Amino acid sequence: MKRLLKMSSEHLDFFYGDFQALTDISLEFYENEVTALIGPSGCGKSTLLRCLNRMNDLIPYSRAEGTILLGNQNIYDPDVDVVTLRRRIGMVFQKPNPFPKSVFDNVAYGLRVNGVRDRGHITNKVEQSLKHAALWDEVKDRLHDSALGLSGGQQQRLCIARAMAVEPEVLLMDEPCSALDPIATQKIEELIGRLKEDYTIIIVTHNMQQAARVSDITAFFYLGKLIEVGETDALFTRPKLKETEDYITGRFG
Amino acid sequence: MGRVRPGRAVQRRRKMLQSSVFGLFKISAAVNGAALVIIVYFLVANGWRAINWTFLSQPPLDSMTKGGILPCIVGTLCLSLGAIAVALPIGVASAIYLHEYARPGRVLRIIRLGINNLAGVPSVVFGLFGLAFFVVYMKMGVSILAGALTLGALTLPVIIGSAEEALRAVPDTYREASLGLGATKWQTIYKVVLPAALPGILTGAILGISRAAGETAPIMFTAAVFFTPSLPKSLFDEIMALPYHIYVLATAGTHIEQTRPLQYGTALVLIVLVLGLNLIAIIYRAHLRKKR
Repeated sequence: MKRLLKMSSEHLDFFYGDFQALTDISLEFYENEVTALIGPSGCGKSTLLRCLNRMNDLIPYSRAEGTILLGNQNIYDPDVDVVTLRRRIGMVFQKPNPFPKSVFDNVAYGLRVNGVRDRGHITNKVEQSLKHAALWDEVKDRLHDSALGLSGGQQQRLCIARAMAVEPEVLLMDEPCSALDPIATQKIEELIGRLKEDYTIIIVTHNMQQAARVSDITAFFYLGKLIEVGETDALFTRPKLKETEDYITGRFG
Repeated sequence: MGRVRPGRAVQRRRKMLQSSVFGLFKISAAVNGAALVIIVYFLVANGWRAINWTFLSQPPLDSMTKGGILPCIVGTLCLSLGAIAVALPIGVASAIYLHEYARPGRVLRIIRLGINNLAGVPSVVFGLFGLAFFVVYMKMGVSILAGALTLGALTLPVIIGSAEEALRAVPDTYREASLGLGATKWQTIYKVVLPAALPGILTGAILGISRAAGETAPIMFTAAVFFTPSLPKSLFDEIMALPYHIYVLATAGTHIEQTRPLQYGTALVLIVLVLGLNLIAIIYRAHLRKKR
């Protein structure tokens, strides 16, 4: 199967004030693949993820230099509308963060803010997204109860459904299982396996077994630099560089 | 090096210190509660005999020695609701600007300094400002409008402070989730942040309204008059108000001793009115909290 390039960063530098968090990152992300970003805390993997939908814009005194292409558009071009960009690139966060609203309203939120008014369409889309996120059967009788009453794992799948409802092209996941128990984690991982048929998925994880299980491509970061990237199987079994090997065998990190 | 094992004497001393410190805290809390209880008891004991239907439904008669305080009740309600109607939107809007939009820096520090100082200005200064600006310069005359605006200015810092606190308590993860779905900043604030902050904002409104209802100095130059038997018909009418009426009865009348029970009665009505307004807001807040 031919690989289709979806997104790429080219010579990306990122600064928090004077601190350089990313140095010269060039990395490609392909359609229908899961790319895992791994590395010790503070290595810049989450920073890169949050550059990809310009969530880092929210941090005062931060700046990015370089290029991130979505299709053939540089998302850091001044004429790019960040709001539209973020609709096209969905995000799932470390801790499940449903709004203090009903299950239904959580999933419908993205549609409503993007101007969808047709109730029938919203209802269909909510059901479809919840089914897609393997949550429908568990919540179909409590759609209008508060989302905060769901378990942590259910909340995270709700957040995935919420992200998918606006039909993004890319799904960014920032350690989506770090607050979940093993069974909920397994469900999310199965879900990621199915979702990649429709999306480009980029996942940050601290859990190397998880990276090995869910991803096609793994990129290893250390001290703000991209050290090594390659097919997941190859990277975990035959790392080319010593730093990579030390990290994946647990010698540091 | 042996294990750390405090001797019996040390243990006893630590226990005593601990219980005496806790005792001190307990006493401090009790003093607070006691002050409120004593005030309310004093007012009820002295004032309840004055309260009857005539007192609540009639204007004062015979140089304030007879009749009731209806115009004062209506006046205070108008003033405090008016003050909140002015201060809540402006205060919440300012808090949104300060917390959600303004970039940290010098301008923000100066605005904050201004707000904090506004909170420290004595209320009589607000009264004089209201007289000079609203009553005279804006030609509103002594009126409900001028009084409500003056009280609004007085409660503004309270509202801004508590609204900002409420916004700060909304987790950033809500904002990120909303922005991540392609919502604009305003949609995020309007649909996610404000609803989540509403109970906290209401708490500020409660504090504000209580303060506004009880103030005397800001309204004595701007809204309240010694005596008017008729109820206000427009925003430009002058009115009587409970706190000012108490002041008048207690100091300025010619029959101070005779009106003593009426003074207590009026004070009791004021307290009940403030508690009633608070109660409405508290019930509404509880309702909001249950809904999520």
